[in-house]
Amino acid sequence: MAKELMKGNEALAEAAIRAGCRFYSGYPITPQTEILEYLSWRMDEVGGTFVQTESELAGINMLLGAAAAGARALTSSAGPGFSLNQEGISYLVAADLPAVIIDVMRIGTGLGDIAQGQGDYWQLTRGGGHGDYRTIVLAPASVQENCDMMETAFDLAEKYRHPVLIASDAAIGQMAEGVNLPELREHNIDSFDWAVRGCRHGDAPRKIQNTYYTRPDYVEYLRDKYAAMDSEQRWESYMADDADVVLVAYGISSRVAKEAVNEARAEGFRLGLIRPITLWPFPNRAFEECKNAKAYMTVEINILGQMADDVRLAVRDTRPVDFYGTFFGLPESDVIVEKAKAMLEKEGK
Amino acid sequence: MKLKAPECVFSSAGFCPGCGHGLASRLVGETAEELNIVEKLVTVVDVACCSFNIDYWNFDTIMAAHGRDIPTAVGVKHVRPGCPVLAYMGDGAAYSIGMAETIHAALRNDPVTVIVINNSVFGMTGGQMAPTTLPGERTATSPKGKDPARYGTLSGVELLKGMDIAYLARAELVGVGGMAKAKRYIKKALEHQLNGDGFSLVELLSPCPTNLNLPPVKAKQFVHEEMTKYFPLGEFIDKGGDK
Amino acid sequence: MTEIICAGFGGQGVLTTGLIIAHSAMMLGREVTWYPSYGSEMRGGTANCTIKVNEGPIASPYSKAPDIVCALNAPAVDKFEASIKPGGWLFVNDSLVDKDRVYREDINVVRVPMSEVAIECGNPKGANLVLLGAVAAHTGLFKLDELDEQVTEYFARKGKINPKNSDCLHAGARL
Repeated sequence: MAKELMKGNEALAEAAIRAGCRFYSGYPITPQTEILEYLSWRMDEVGGTFVQTESELAGINMLLGAAAAGARALTSSAGPGFSLNQEGISYLVAADLPAVIIDVMRIGTGLGDIAQGQGDYWQLTRGGGHGDYRTIVLAPASVQENCDMMETAFDLAEKYRHPVLIASDAAIGQMAEGVNLPELREHNIDSFDWAVRGCRHGDAPRKIQNTYYTRPDYVEYLRDKYAAMDSEQRWESYMADDADVVLVAYGISSRVAKEAVNEARAEGFRLGLIRPITLWPFPNRAFEECKNAKAYMTVEINILGQMADDVRLAVRDTRPVDFYGTFFGLPESDVIVEKAKAMLEKEGK
Repeated sequence: MKLKAPECVFSSAGFCPGCGHGLASRLVGETAEELNIVEKLVTVVDVACCSFNIDYWNFDTIMAAHGRDIPTAVGVKHVRPGCPVLAYMGDGAAYSIGMAETIHAALRNDPVTVIVINNSVFGMTGGQMAPTTLPGERTATSPKGKDPARYGTLSGVELLKGMDIAYLARAELVGVGGMAKAKRYIKKALEHQLNGDGFSLVELLSPCPTNLNLPPVKAKQFVHEEMTKYFPLGEFIDKGGDK
Repeated sequence: MTEIICAGFGGQGVLTTGLIIAHSAMMLGREVTWYPSYGSEMRGGTANCTIKVNEGPIASPYSKAPDIVCALNAPAVDKFEASIKPGGWLFVNDSLVDKDRVYREDINVVRVPMSEVAIECGNPKGANLVLLGAVAAHTGLFKLDELDEQVTEYFARKGKINPKNSDCLHAGARL
């Protein structure tokens, strides 16, 4: 099939349809609104449901109902709206419900601003709502990955009966690239026996509620579940095996970091890149191959270097870990190279 | 009220003596049997006292987050349009934390049935003041009585009266007559859903002896004599019906 | 790698011009990225987009030093002229930018009377295509006939077929 030129947000929406998603409920917020706009007409075409809800709270809880009824259900938001989604994400986790939630990150705390940002890393990876949980987080770095990850997200959500988050950002959402779209597939809402549909006489009724109320093995069950999810680590390694300094970046920042690696290599400086594709589970195993690394540097669009903690844990503090963060501006490839060189100067001796 | 308990209701043993929830729970069960929808009905219950129903009903049931029952029910309905879906919650869920959800489901005329148990307080948390608490009513957070100058008393039904929905009614879970009306309203609400007419809501004024600090009989009197002054009974919207 | 920036007022079709470039390059088997001005950059009514075209994968979608700038108004020239690579190309909308303006000497400047030529072609909405014709003729980014084919395809996908689009491209190429 011929390639299509699509914006990242539209690609997420179309890929959701092709992954068999027939239910969307959500609320407009920049920079993810194209997802709603696209699905507002596209769901009609495929006989699915699109509901623009009164708030992100209603959106995520309507999604919960749809997921409980067996649908592949999606919502999307950004920054402030994603904070409101957290209530429902915690309930989805508690009730063992699969669903996919997209956060097209913007910049800043509070209202912040609509520019591209990566300030939701902690909220995405730590279990951003109340209680004691984590969720698999996929971080696409291209429009093609937006397409490819949507089906993966639903598959993982169903495999673990657990919500899966997609961490996109304004840049990946707004940019357009050529994509090969996956085939259109249908999802059978009766695929899972646990989905509510009405209880036949003599059967035990299905109950969608906190599994804490019903599982005597609740603690062991969850520990096993999270241990199993830890095996889903995904990453891209770009010239990291022999690198003196290894950059760690995801999403749009990883694109600039990759350019920095190319520029550094052209002048003989061995720079490499680990690009986490799952932000949780963090790809700790990726760092095993960095045999030559003297230092690590994350490249992020936030102020506090939110991912640096995870890199420190991954390398068990055996090497220095720093970060290059920008705010209301993009990371610059030449600055990355300069800072990486400075780290090597300091640490290499 | 039937003498034989409906088969689809297992128990109501967890509710306090004199509480209206057990009655409402049973009426939902009886109605489901009479409408022959027991095997299709999906219910969504709120947290706290409402949530007991998940273990009392023989229906596929979701326990929703507090006040989010209606969107949760709407999500089910979209995916399973052949299933009647009933959301069951208290006045705090429907008119306080979930007010936006209630109003907007009505605005969209979403085809679900909502049962609101209005007992004028937050029950499970120990009888705190609600939007439905009457002026002067003593609660755990209005120990001197609700001050009408600071907190109004809200009738959700009044707010919904002007909306283009299928069915809106209020009954009291007091006395044989009150129970008969309550059951008739629940049945009509579900029938409207089965007919595809849209959103239906039945509010049931319900005694909460525990939190009103009243014996059951006095709690019923409070509902019948005091609450009905602020929350008039009757059918207010009955699309295609006789109102 | 060729890096192109299209810039002008909102409503001049700046983003669409960029999309046509990206679409055409993609259809010709190249890797492309198209990145719109976004957020704070959009304030003030100017719009721009960056297109990168490459035979192989493209890392960053941003451009610090474009090879080609299509400036559809004077503020666009002000903003992007300085960043053009030496030896690069600046296409200026001669219909809107002061004809006496002085430009850098180490870049190639092509003045395109976009609106006038489009009107002469009987297709006033085709001003951007006049510009694209000029880009193809001067820079070697596209061969004119392959661009013509892809522009037709681009509009056909949107259900818009207008033979005069081709006239605008060819007229632009003759400038």
